[in-house]
Formats: sequence, structure tokens, C-alpha cells
Amino acid sequence: MSNSSRNAMLAKIRTAINSGSRGDFHESHTSDAYITHDDGNVAVRIELFAHRVAEYKAWVGRCTTGGIAQAVSERLTMRGKKRMVIPVDLPAEWLPAGIEFIRDTQLDRTIIAGMDGVLSGAALGIAQTGTIVLDGGKFQGRRMISLLPDYHLCIIRAQDIVGVVPEAFALLATTMQSPMQPYTFISGPSATSDIELNRVEGVHGPRTLDVFIVE
Amino acid sequence: MKKPESVIIELAPRFEVGAKTALQNTQLRRNMGKATQTIRGKRAAVVNELSDWESLRVAGQHIKDDVLQHLDTYLVQLEDAITRAGGHVHWAKDAHEANEIVTRLIHATGSKEIIKVKSLTTDEIRLNEALELAGITAIETDLAELIIQLAHEKSSHILVPAIHKNRSEIRSLFQKSMNLPDLTDEPTELAAAARQFLREKFMSVRVATSGANFAIAETGSVCVVESEGNGRMCLTMPEVLISVMGIEKILPRWQDLGVFMQLLPRSSTGERMNPYTSIWTGVHANDGPQEFHLVLLDNGRSDVLADSVGRQTLHCIRCSACINVCPVYERTGGHAYGSVYPGPIGAILTPQLVGTAYADSLPYASSLCGACYDVCPVRINIPEVLVHLRGKVVAEKQTKPQSWFDGENLGMKAMATTFAHQHTYELAQHAGQLAQWSFVHDGYIEQGPGPLGKWTAMRDFPAIPPQSFRDWWRERQRDE
Amino acid sequence: MQVALFITCFNDTLFPNTGKAVVSIVERLGHQVMFPEEQTCCGQMHFNTGYQAEAMPLIRRFVEIFSQYEVIVSPSASCVGMVRDMYRFAAEVHQDTKLANEVALLADRVFEFSEFIVNRLGIQDVGAYYPHRVTYHPTCHSLRGIKVGDAPEQLLRAVRGIDYVPLTQSNECCGFGGTFAVKNADTSMAMLGDKIRHILDTRAEVCVAADNSCLMHIGGALHRQRSGVRIAHLAEILAAQE
Repeated sequence: MSNSSRNAMLAKIRTAINSGSRGDFHESHTSDAYITHDDGNVAVRIELFAHRVAEYKAWVGRCTTGGIAQAVSERLTMRGKKRMVIPVDLPAEWLPAGIEFIRDTQLDRTIIAGMDGVLSGAALGIAQTGTIVLDGGKFQGRRMISLLPDYHLCIIRAQDIVGVVPEAFALLATTMQSPMQPYTFISGPSATSDIELNRVEGVHGPRTLDVFIVE
Repeated sequence: MKKPESVIIELAPRFEVGAKTALQNTQLRRNMGKATQTIRGKRAAVVNELSDWESLRVAGQHIKDDVLQHLDTYLVQLEDAITRAGGHVHWAKDAHEANEIVTRLIHATGSKEIIKVKSLTTDEIRLNEALELAGITAIETDLAELIIQLAHEKSSHILVPAIHKNRSEIRSLFQKSMNLPDLTDEPTELAAAARQFLREKFMSVRVATSGANFAIAETGSVCVVESEGNGRMCLTMPEVLISVMGIEKILPRWQDLGVFMQLLPRSSTGERMNPYTSIWTGVHANDGPQEFHLVLLDNGRSDVLADSVGRQTLHCIRCSACINVCPVYERTGGHAYGSVYPGPIGAILTPQLVGTAYADSLPYASSLCGACYDVCPVRINIPEVLVHLRGKVVAEKQTKPQSWFDGENLGMKAMATTFAHQHTYELAQHAGQLAQWSFVHDGYIEQGPGPLGKWTAMRDFPAIPPQSFRDWWRERQRDE
Repeated sequence: MQVALFITCFNDTLFPNTGKAVVSIVERLGHQVMFPEEQTCCGQMHFNTGYQAEAMPLIRRFVEIFSQYEVIVSPSASCVGMVRDMYRFAAEVHQDTKLANEVALLADRVFEFSEFIVNRLGIQDVGAYYPHRVTYHPTCHSLRGIKVGDAPEQLLRAVRGIDYVPLTQSNECCGFGGTFAVKNADTSMAMLGDKIRHILDTRAEVCVAADNSCLMHIGGALHRQRSGVRIAHLAEILAAQE
């Protein structure tokens, strides 16, 4: 690494900051009153989340904690999925019989890509934008497993759904570890707007996204 | 004139010359009109959903101002955080140095090809060309980038580089280059073709490059916002990841993402949220690339920072809202701007990055209608910067001896002198009333002389009435 | 109330009828019009084209002439925008603190004609009668620059006998843009073409706006095409009576 470039750049930046006739750097943004919390009704928030996720052409269902395996079974049967990759720590009680679940014990990428889909949990959800956040934590696994298979079935707990985007970042800050986790924000199946600026679902990531909200 | 080493795609004809050609391309006019109208509607709908949009814009502006005011501090903080997290940070003062660093890093891996996430910054430094000279093949993985790479064309939009092409044009391109004779023009089928075409590369290529939408100084996290999943592929699958980022993309705090992750998706693709956002910090054990490099690029940005009016340009988060709403861009498309950065933001950024001398027609490529300022999520006063840059263009022109023979310069100076006094102004009014007589027919001039001819080539000009307002006023005062 | 008229060099020379209309309306509403005869040009064309050194004497001159008046009214949104927004900018960039202070005191007292009538005087109906089909183009400087809102439309809707037709995609620029109209004449015309199409679609006889500069551009094409549609400044419609 060239230390001289580093020092030259920093010196040039310092000179630049202090030059010019117009001193109009704005000061701190503490007074900028954007919405940081959704204080509304929980049921409304969950309903909004479900609605917004579905607007991305994802499928959204609901189930109870005790009914996860049953819900998963019905959904996967309906989708015709037989071999699913799962994070290494996914609870056994989520897994119905009759479908093959393979834990990601650092599996080879070609094996993962060959799976019918992935079943995972989530770190949190954002109602306002219909977003699911993965942080590689509990029940989520490596980034690769939610990316390579063409189908993602995601289980999210209702109590993990926040209202607005700033709340999500505030909440993630409280669970930040050292070294930090990698984060993936997912809003619907993969899509592109590259053809005539219209959103079309399904490019490189999973082309089908199903979500269960656990209440 | 020597072509600048970066930013400029082709040392253009002046904007008005490129525009004239583009305006005659009927397919382009149709495609651009449709796409920009679509995206404007989508953006307006999702922006109107948020009651606090204006507060978010102000917050965005203030955070970016804070960034610029303490840029040196935040860059060093970012470097420390990334280094602690197992990454490496490199400093590149210009395009040449950045390309050298990236090339050297790729050579060290022994790989002869890389997969790329769409990145304007790497387009700006013309990384692909530099890599090609070094014997390295760069594979663009974004659908639009792939389209223009296959078509051997240049980008015409910062977010959707192939916006000038419609679905049937993309279909015939894919039919030929991917050998898919039965492909239809259904966008889902076109996307599926790209998926198949690139999958093998994602699985096997060992090195990837990306840009960065944001980097957080306090945590060392880098953020890439995308739609297709090609970004996640490039950021997750290879062994080595090299990201190139303009120094102004930094954000001070993690919580700032709460503002910008609302501003960016709604402004760019008109979505509440883009499909995928990846945030990583250095390297993560057993997950993703185990070697990460961040190249911090200046390439003219510190010069922009030194201009106290122009520096607000560095607030830009490359959302493209200004481009989509611009009535000039809508009609000319992006190629007329001759730069990686087209549209209103390009008209102010390009001349500042390469020097107004290389792009002196761009600050004039706007009617100053202000639509860009209204939609800018970080409140860059683009019309104000355009006017400021026009001032620089003229001031530079006036230092040269040629300006003594420049009709516009002489005319403007003469008018300013005339307007400086009431009596010379009134004399000129009367002279105009008299001088026009041979050109006026039925109250209009249809073929004017000299500079007026530029106006009347396109539209008629009203004759100067025989009595000015002030002469009427005086007459009225007398009569009372 | 005493109202100083900032006529603008453009209207003074090319569109004197607009000035006469403003005088007649303001007087009809019971106020006194003053016309500072020393006024020439606000410097907008020079400043916006980049001839800023040349514009500065014109800016200082304007401020000196108009500073003594309590209320200043102009039938040009773009020239009002120049004084209200760009004068401050010009003073900052040229580090002229004295000018900056004077501009700060002056700027709030300068009104565009329609915002003066509606917002300052609180009047929508000025007693006009105009039995014609009319459409209205909100110019960029009135809409996004100085933000007159729907003041012009409120005034038009109150005119007796008028057949007011809203314009499709009215918020889009007509392509005038000052020297843009000649420096980028091709693009300017491409923009104007769409504006003209929307105007003709309304089947109006008259296209109205708050800036004669944009109207000259629009009217120049309407006349070139022998469209049978003419232009008029908002004030001229409002001045018409039975």
C-alpha cells in the first residue's frame, strides 16, 4: 500500500474542506424530525408486513409456533420441494417428515445449488417496506444457502417485525457482535428493473420466496 | 485536446451536437419516453407514501454535509475499522492508481477473470479496459451491464445502462449472443436467460469486484444495494473481493443507513425497498470471501470539495431520480452527455471531475427547470450548481484572447454596458424598434438576422411594439 | 398601498401590454402604482448564462433602486426568482456582505403578480370578464422556483365567462430556459413540441402563463405552425372587462 498516496489524499482533503467563500456545511442532524419508531398497533403492523411482502410477488402465510412443521410440510408439498438445505442450527421441531432436510455443515456450493430450496429463519422484518433481514444468526446460516437454491421458505416470528426502517437499524445495533455479522436485506424474490424500468421477478437469487409469520 | 483518463466516455462532440443526433433516433425517443414516464410515476407513488419524506431529505443532506466537513476523520476511522475486521484499505488518488491497485491484487490471486457487480466508480476509472490490457477478463453480471457488454455499447443511464433498449431489441441480442433462437421478448424469459448464462461463472470465478453504495465509518461496514442477486453472488461466492469506492460515499454512523435505505430505493427504482442489500464488515469466518480489499478513490473529488458551491455535488448517492425526471435527458438519452454520468447530475459532476475545459457544454445542457432539485433525495441544488459552473466556463473563456472575437462574449458585454444606465437602455430600445422594420411581417419576425436567426430558425419572434411600457407610462403621467 | 412595479426589461420592450394590464388591475383594486424609471434589467440572463461579473453591476443597481420601496410587484416569475434566490447566491459567491444584507432585506418584499394578488392581497376575483377558452402553463420558475402554487389558477377560475381547461403534463418545462433556447435549440424544440401538442389538445384559444419569456417561446411555435392559438400573460386576461 502506498502511504504517500494516503497522506497526499488526506492532506488535499483537509485543504479542500477549509477553502471556498461559502461556509455552508450544515451542522448535526439531530433536529431532522424523520420518523424513527412506529408506535402503532401490533396487529396492524404484522398485517402491513404481510401485505407489503406479498406486493413483491412473494407468498405470505401465517402459522403458530407449534404448527411450524405442519405449515412447512403443506407449503413444500404444494411447491413440490423434496430436498431442502437448512442452517446447521435449525430446530428439529420445524422439520416435517417426508421431506429430506440437509444441514449446511459447510457443504460444497454445488451441493447447495442442487437443492430444491432453503428453509431458514430470520433476524427481523420491516413492515413499512416488506423487508426480511438476515444476519447469519440463529436459524439463518451462511449467506450462500439463502442465495444459491431457487426457492426460499423463510420463517419469521411476529415479535421480530418492526415498523419502520430506522427501527431495524437501531435494533440491529443492539445485537451487533465483534467481529460483526454480515447482513442481507431481502425484499421479495430477486428481480430486475433493467428492462424498460419495470420490475420483473426472478434473476440470480431465489426466484420464489414464501414467508410464514409465526404468531 | 487530450482525452481525460477517466469519467469521459468519448471526447464528445459538444452536448448540443450529440443531442441533435440522438433527437433523431425515433426508437430511442420512444424507449426513453416510455421508461422515464414509468419510473416517474412509480417514484412519485412511493415517495408520497411517506409523511416524513421532506424530513428524510433534510436529514440526508445534513448527514452528507457532516461527511464532507469531516471527510478526513471519517476516512481514517473507516480504514481502522476495516483493518480491524480483517480487510485491507488502499488509497488511490486517481483512476490510474486505482486501476494499478486492482490489477495488482487480481494478479496476486493468479485468476485471469473476474466477476463484477455493476459499479459506476469502476466505469468511471475504466477498470475493464485497464484489466483487459493486463490480460484479465471482466464479466459484467448486472443484466443491463451484460446487455451493453454483449451489444458492445456504452451505458446511457447510471442505474439502468440499457434503458435506451426495449425488450424486443434485448431479445434479438440474446438470441444471437447466447444462441437461444426460441427466446421470446417476455422480460421474465430474458431474465431467466441471463440467469442461466451467468450461473456457471458465479460458481467458479475466484475474484469479484464491486463498488459500494455506502460505507460506515464507525463500524467499517460496506453496503451494496441491488436487485437481481448478482451482487449477492459476487459478494458471497468468490475467495477474493475487491471494492472500489469514491471517498464521498462514506457515512459516519450505522444509524445513518436508516435514512439512506429509505431515500435510495424510493428515489432510484421507485420501490419501497430494493430486493437485496448486502452489508459486510471486513471478512466473516466461514462465510463469503476470506480476503477483502477496499480501494478509496479520489479522482477529482477533493477538487470538487474545494469549491464551496460545487461541493454539494458530492452528496450524490447515484439514485438517478434527477436523470429520470429531466426533460432534457428524456429526449436526448444518456449518450449525448459523453460521460459515465449523464443527466442533470452528470452535467454538474462531469465538468467538476475532469475540469470545465473538457466539458464546457455540459453546464448548458439544462433549461434550469428545477425538476431535478425537487426530486433529489439529498437536496443538491443542481440548477444553482449549473449556474455556478456556467460562471466558471465563461470566466475561463474570458482569460483567452479568442474571447475578443467571440460573438456571445462581445454581445453580453455590450448588453451589460447598455443596461447599466437608464439612458443607454432606452436608446437601445428605440434603436431596436427602428432597426427591425425590414424583418417584420404582420407583427412577427420569421427570419431574423445574426443571433436572432438562431431563434427564428425554430420559431417566430414577436416584433418589438412601437411604444415601450415606460414610454406609455410617461405619456400617461403627462396626460394626467 | 403603494406598489412599485418591476416591469423587467423584457416586458418593458417586448410585452408592454402586460405592464399596462398590471397597472390597471392594481389600480382597480384601489392601490397606487409607482414606476421607478431608472430600472433596466435584473441581470438574470447574464447571470444564468455565466456572465456573472457582468451581471454584478446590474444586481447592485437593482438593489439600490428598489430598496426604498415597501412592496415590489413584477409580472415575471423568473425575474422575481432571480431577485429572491439568485441575488443571495450572487452576493455569497462574490463575498459581498453589504449586498447580502441588502438582499436579505429586499427579497421578501418582491412579489410575482399572481402571488401578490392572491397571497398578499387575499383576492381571487379581480372583476375580470373573458369569454374565451383558456389553458394555463405553470412556468418552471413560478412552479418550482418561487412556488406560487395555484394562485394563477385561482385567479383564472374566478374570471367570469372563462372556459378554463387544465393542461396535461402541465408541470413539464416548455424548453425555453433563457439562452438554452438558442444554445440547445434542438433539444429546446423537442421539449416545446410536446408542450404544443398538449396545448393544442385542450382546444383552447389562448395559452396563459406568468412569464412572457416562456410564452414568447411557446407563442413563437404556435404562430410558426399557424395553429390559431395565441398566448397571453395572465395579467392581460385579468385586466379584460365587459
